[in-house]
Amino acid sequence: MRINVTVNGRQYSSDVEPRMLLVHYLRDVLGLTGTHIGCETGVCGACTVLLNGEAVKSCMLFAVQVDGQEITTIEGISQDGQLHPVQQGFWEKHGLQCGYCTPGMILASIQLLKRNPNPTEEEIRHALVGNLCRCTGYQQIVEAVQWAAQKMRGEI
Amino acid sequence: MFPAPFEYYAPKTLQEALSLLAQHGENAKVLAGGQSLVPLMKLRLSTPAVIIDLNGIAELRYIREEGNYVAIGAMARHYDLETSDLLKRLCPILPECASHIGDVQVRNRGTIGGSLAHADPAADYPAAVLACEGEIKVVDTDGKERVIKATDFFVDLFTTALQPNEIITEIRIPAFAPKTGSAYLKMEQLASGYALCGVAAIVSLDDSVIQDVRVGITGVAPKAYRATGVENALKGQAFNPKTIEQASELAADGINPLEDIHADAEYRAHLAKVLTKRALLKAIERAKV
Ligand code: FES
Ligand code: FES
Repeated sequence: MRINVTVNGRQYSSDVEPRMLLVHYLRDVLGLTGTHIGCETGVCGACTVLLNGEAVKSCMLFAVQVDGQEITTIEGISQDGQLHPVQQGFWEKHGLQCGYCTPGMILASIQLLKRNPNPTEEEIRHALVGNLCRCTGYQQIVEAVQWAAQKMRGEI
Repeated sequence: MFPAPFEYYAPKTLQEALSLLAQHGENAKVLAGGQSLVPLMKLRLSTPAVIIDLNGIAELRYIREEGNYVAIGAMARHYDLETSDLLKRLCPILPECASHIGDVQVRNRGTIGGSLAHADPAADYPAAVLACEGEIKVVDTDGKERVIKATDFFVDLFTTALQPNEIITEIRIPAFAPKTGSAYLKMEQLASGYALCGVAAIVSLDDSVIQDVRVGITGVAPKAYRATGVENALKGQAFNPKTIEQASELAADGINPLEDIHADAEYRAHLAKVLTKRALLKAIERAKV
């Protein structure tokens, strides 16, 4: 099936089998390997991308379902060579070790801060329950999001 | 992980979806939010030859007041329910319940119609929809509509009264009576977020007399159920914590609880009693304000 998708602001037109998962489309067809595959069963959140601005798990969608829609992946959030504030937060606060969960964590955090610019620690943890990290123990991820929230509110 | 091959259709109207369903019959599966069906297809536990995707049907995504109930389109997402001011005002247990489902990504995508049709024994909505005495409106491929009471809708494990030639279009939730409080409490299996036990309690008070009380329980039995024993023991009684505690002991009466690696039957029955007590107390506290 022919699909037309906007990914990170760029238009793509591809021929895909209906059963191809969105995450495989992004990685294998478009070569955008920043979106990771952890579990492929909808549990880990490593494959999180934004669909029309909303966080979804790209292993739970078929590529044909995003025909005519907009996707944002980790590759698309920096602007003019400037890291996105959430990326900066993960850098500043050491919000990653191996980095496997990081693209998904960052996109889920962007979703949170869009809906709630001033989240409590509890709200941050609640917003990230769908993203698993095997390394950090989560504490520094929470601090990274708090840092990003302050930055985006112009406080640092 | 690749599902078996299938043909894909993305109708733009309900009418179109129904004609596709008429045309492909039992070979077709209707896809809503896909948060249960897509994993099942990946595991090849489900191998439909045809997928009819409802996500492009804008007319099925709404939440609006209609007379004395709130009408929720089958394709309203969990996030829509969680954040609906109308529901928070008229039937606050639904937003509370929706906020407990899965995680943000699942709530952005999953739909109430899809969840009810799937009838997972550990899903959250069935408890709340039962306690609300909600109704499920469906339409078949001939365009014939019927409205099914929630109590008649859930038949068994993953089984509902929905026929293969029918699609859920709307869920109707009666607005709460005055002086009514509600609460949804859940003990979840941490990795999946599914309920080991979830209890939805709705209580209407008149002074301190319990006028009406409804309790829906999910996660414990093959299908969600109303704890009628608890309800009958409390109706017309003056509120006091001891009465609530005694009545809650009946929460798993006559039920044959599920058993799996996460929780045995005895533990599930225990959770049902404890969470029923807590949910009732919380609902009553909220009914007082
Ligand atoms: S790879 Fe999609 S949730 Fe784990
Ligand atoms: S940094 Fe390694 S999984 Fe999160």
